[in-house]
Amino acid sequence: MTELFILSALGLMLSLFLGLLRVLHGPGAGDRMLAIQLIGTAGVGILLLLNVLLNQPALLDVALLLALLAAVTAAAFTGQQETHHD
Amino acid sequence: MINTLSSILILAGVFFYLAGSIGLLRLPDLYSRLHALTKADNLGLGLLMAGLALHSQDLFVMLKLLLIWLAVLAASATSAHLIARQARRQETGS
Repeated sequence: MTELFILSALGLMLSLFLGLLRVLHGPGAGDRMLAIQLIGTAGVGILLLLNVLLNQPALLDVALLLALLAAVTAAAFTGQQETHHD
Repeated sequence: MINTLSSILILAGVFFYLAGSIGLLRLPDLYSRLHALTKADNLGLGLLMAGLALHSQDLFVMLKLLLIWLAVLAASATSAHLIARQARRQETGS
């Protein structure tokens, strides 16, 4: 089971890396924001896997916090774009 | 039996994550990327959590995982709508 968890965490790291590539050369701000969203959820997944791997229940709370803050980033992004646009 | 099931669920979740990020890289425009991303967000994380909940076999942990999943669902739905509307507005120039 441990090998599977490590392998899955590595898979999520790969997914996170691909998201970073999109951040690097996404043409618009919206594309970059989407990639940030992906990085956030991949981070949540990695934290959940590490919670089992390292036997650290506190990491569940960290994942919950990360999930809650993900909504704020998109809202802040759109609000900032709108005020910038006007 | 439970271990096998949870392994399958976790691997399926990771598969959806990878498919979503490859879609994010390869698809041509923002709206189709949005489509790819929501698969990774909702289904990938959901399957991963189902696998982990089966593995933990602890009601408290399961409820917390469910809470995290609901938070991610709400966050991804909201932000997908906001980003799509923003892009649409900039396209039509209003």
